[in-house]
Amino acid sequence: MTTPAQQIPLSELENLTRGSVFERTFYVLRRWPLIPILILSVLSFCAIFAPLIAPYDPEKDQLRAVLASPPWYPACEDGQVSNKAVSCNTNGIPLGRQQAVFYFSLGADQLGRDVLSRIIYGARLSLSLALVAITVGTIFGTTVGLTAGYFGGIVDELLMRTVDVFNSIPYLLLAIALVFVLGQSFAVVAFVLALGAWGGIARLVRGQTLQVRHFDFIALAHVAGASSTRIMFKHLLPAVSNTIIVATTLQVGGTILSESILSFLGAGVPPPTPSWGADISNGREYLGSAWWVAFFPGIAIFLTVLSFNFIGDWLRDRWDPRLRQI
Amino acid sequence: MKKFIIRRFLFLIVSVFAATLIVFALSRFQGDPRNVLLNVGYVSPEQWEAWGKDFHLDKPLIVQYLIWIGKGIFQGDFGTSLKTSKPVLEMVLGFAPASLQLGLSATLFVLLTGIPLGVLSAVKRGTIWDVIGRTFAVFGQALPPFWLGIMLILIFSVNLGWLPSGTRGHDAANWFERAQYFVMPAITLGWLASAGLMRLVRSSMLEVLDSEYIKLARAKGVRNNSVIWKHAFKNSLIPPLTFSALILVGFIGGTVVTETVFAWPGLGQMTFTAIINNDFPLMVGAVLVFTLVYVFAVFVIDILYAFIDPRIRYS
Repeated sequence: MTTPAQQIPLSELENLTRGSVFERTFYVLRRWPLIPILILSVLSFCAIFAPLIAPYDPEKDQLRAVLASPPWYPACEDGQVSNKAVSCNTNGIPLGRQQAVFYFSLGADQLGRDVLSRIIYGARLSLSLALVAITVGTIFGTTVGLTAGYFGGIVDELLMRTVDVFNSIPYLLLAIALVFVLGQSFAVVAFVLALGAWGGIARLVRGQTLQVRHFDFIALAHVAGASSTRIMFKHLLPAVSNTIIVATTLQVGGTILSESILSFLGAGVPPPTPSWGADISNGREYLGSAWWVAFFPGIAIFLTVLSFNFIGDWLRDRWDPRLRQI
Repeated sequence: MKKFIIRRFLFLIVSVFAATLIVFALSRFQGDPRNVLLNVGYVSPEQWEAWGKDFHLDKPLIVQYLIWIGKGIFQGDFGTSLKTSKPVLEMVLGFAPASLQLGLSATLFVLLTGIPLGVLSAVKRGTIWDVIGRTFAVFGQALPPFWLGIMLILIFSVNLGWLPSGTRGHDAANWFERAQYFVMPAITLGWLASAGLMRLVRSSMLEVLDSEYIKLARAKGVRNNSVIWKHAFKNSLIPPLTFSALILVGFIGGTVVTETVFAWPGLGQMTFTAIINNDFPLMVGAVLVFTLVYVFAVFVIDILYAFIDPRIRYS
């Protein structure tokens, strides 16, 4: 009656029909990374449709709303501008009712730009940079890993020592130096981030390739006269694809963190492009009076990295438990 | 074993040379180093040429590099900083203690949180302790360190006024006041590493607790505490040992961020400023120090590891 294919989901489904609604929801949330996927979907949606979603232009300053507090936050303390800009401004002088036009749900920064809009546009930068960097890093890292693992011997030694040497240079310092040497632009930052991602992927792919290389189907491909390139990309690559996907997903969070650190230090994509890290750096100077400028972009980074890490861990546990040690 | 050590040592030397060569080349691509000196005012063409001779700019890059590294190794002369006109070695040694103190206090934080939390959440798997431990790890790996530092300042300095918001506090009255300056920087620098260590300790502890000899020890009636600390804990520390090299990598990058946030006068901030100012002698010198520290630590750990686990030597 039950084929093996049916048995596995059945035991999972049994849990779904047991317990209270709360317990069942908890079970589902523990078993599948639904919340991280939801967060990332919202973020990607924001990134793609930023102009449609953002309530304000992220680069337009509203000098009347400098450091305006969020509407739900008790304002007008210490002479701050209220978000509604009706009753008080920096000097405590009432403004006319015609100024009551802003609704900055997360407050405004030191130039009166909407924090929420900047976060929405910032998602665009962070996610697209991560996408480009991870794609480039994965392609390069996979090629190096496959080559090293497949050929072995001197090729392996040479490539892996290169990775080691590369890893022994403090990455962040190298990244900052590279960005300043090559000039601050999207492409340069993406390249620098890719540089940080490929080493780890190469190492993991190599390790996996070393194991798969000894399987019969590779030997048979040799017998059939397949070329090295063909074996590497047609036979080995699909066999190690799980490792690649897991390694890549685990790398995304770190790449986004690196990007935000570079922006924070002023070595990211230059202003006025909205960037989470740079916004936190700006907000740092107004911590005492306007905490929201630095606080909310940080939450955005945190949730993004958290979601990618969760999905990465989940994929690893499901597909490649051997990587658990890393 | 001897062969293993020699191989690792050769690799150490190659790494240091490669790393400094890359950074040296980078610093030259950034532009003519003489431009930094232009800030002083009018410079005659003769002076310009003289500077060129001083920096050996007329020679090929690789020769420039060899001159620099040769002078550094044999005379301890790594050049002078273009911005401050002080010898690089003197500057690096001047800033190093602050970074070292920061690194040590962060290490203390990592060891005091990562290991106990890892053991606790493995032993009490599935309980609230496990949840606390894992939440700690998950947060540590996702919080942007600079933001964490800023938020700590916001909460504990700006709002509560409990801790000083920055600097190293060398004019503090007593050691207790002085220690307060270290709390937030150590957490900011250490949390990420602590999270990684905690996860490793937890998974390796779980694996060991599941092994045959632990079951045997339990079957013999050995007390629970004894099983955990004497039998399991000791053996589960081997994988985290290699991780300590990664902790150091994280610290080297992390010092730049932490020292910037907390106005900590250390090597990270010094290097960052050197990069921004295109102060190439200082920049290359600092990267050399960082690389040396890292490569040497990896070397020591590798050898330690090979002593503990003989299988490593042959792989």
